Amino acid sequence: MTVQIPVVEQVLSANDQIALQNRSVFDRYGIAVVNFMASPGAGKTSLVLRSIEGLRGRRRIGVIEGDLASRIDADRVAAAGAPAVQINTGGGCHLDAPQVADALAGLPLAELDLLLIENVGNLVCPTNFLLGEHRRVLVASVPEGDDKPLKYPGSFVTMDAVVLNKIDLLPFVDFDVAAFERGVRAVNQRAPIFLLSCRTGEGLEPWLEWLAAA
Amino acid sequence: MHELAITQSVLDIAVGQAQRHGARRITAVNLVVGELTGYVPDSIQFYFDLLSRGTPAEAAALNVRRVPTQVRCRQCRAEFRPEEGVLWVCPACGGLGGDLLSGNELLVESIEVE
Repeated sequence: MTVQIPVVEQVLSANDQIALQNRSVFDRYGIAVVNFMASPGAGKTSLVLRSIEGLRGRRRIGVIEGDLASRIDADRVAAAGAPAVQINTGGGCHLDAPQVADALAGLPLAELDLLLIENVGNLVCPTNFLLGEHRRVLVASVPEGDDKPLKYPGSFVTMDAVVLNKIDLLPFVDFDVAAFERGVRAVNQRAPIFLLSCRTGEGLEPWLEWLAAA
Repeated sequence: MHELAITQSVLDIAVGQAQRHGARRITAVNLVVGELTGYVPDSIQFYFDLLSRGTPAEAAALNVRRVPTQVRCRQCRAEFRPEEGVLWVCPACGGLGGDLLSGNELLVESIEVE
């Protein structure tokens, strides 16, 4: 005989439980944690490097780097003077809470004020996996086009801040900043939008202020 | 790749519940997937068939109820389903954007066991 068992359990509840544990570790150490999400090449690592540089002396920053493979990004961050742990997902398209929990063992938590987590380059699934972060940032970039908020609403809707990187390229491409901002506002009323260029340094100050207060 | 982790979680939840209820075999898993999550039912099915082999959920039917993205316009309060699930433009007043009412769901609603 077949019996129906009501379950009503969030598919990601196991991940979310561990994300809550991560959050309590962060809170115990008084570390603000920011999860950076973007498509590949938008400039997540560049923004992380600029943030380390810009907040040097003000915030003690650690970094978790998520990538499919390689230590390239963690090495760049370590060279910039911040403790970094690389997570290689081995092809996985997002970071999950257990991976972050494991990575914490490799960081000097007592010596950090701010932890930046650079997620795997992908605008779809990282959104669905809570890591225990306090803030979520989406890094978009000018060459990707101004329609990204309309195409990835599921991602933009959950963000606490949106960065538009590579504004030094605006004179060379058809990118309508007002249309981009309208697109963000369509799905997200609250996230501040920071226009900046990691290459030239233009526009970094307001972003750094936001990050320092995160 | 995207659906693999999700499907493993679905399977873990289903098998865990079945064991808790002393069931021998799972005949169906009823899943609710919001359109905005981006999860593709065919892909979940593909991984489910692979991952469920040798578990009590092998050969179980995977029933996916899709929940459309539903948005309430901030200007005229009309409720609408964005075109192609993504473009948040109100068909009633042309206003851009709104508040999300549904479409972010991702849960195991029930299982059927023997």
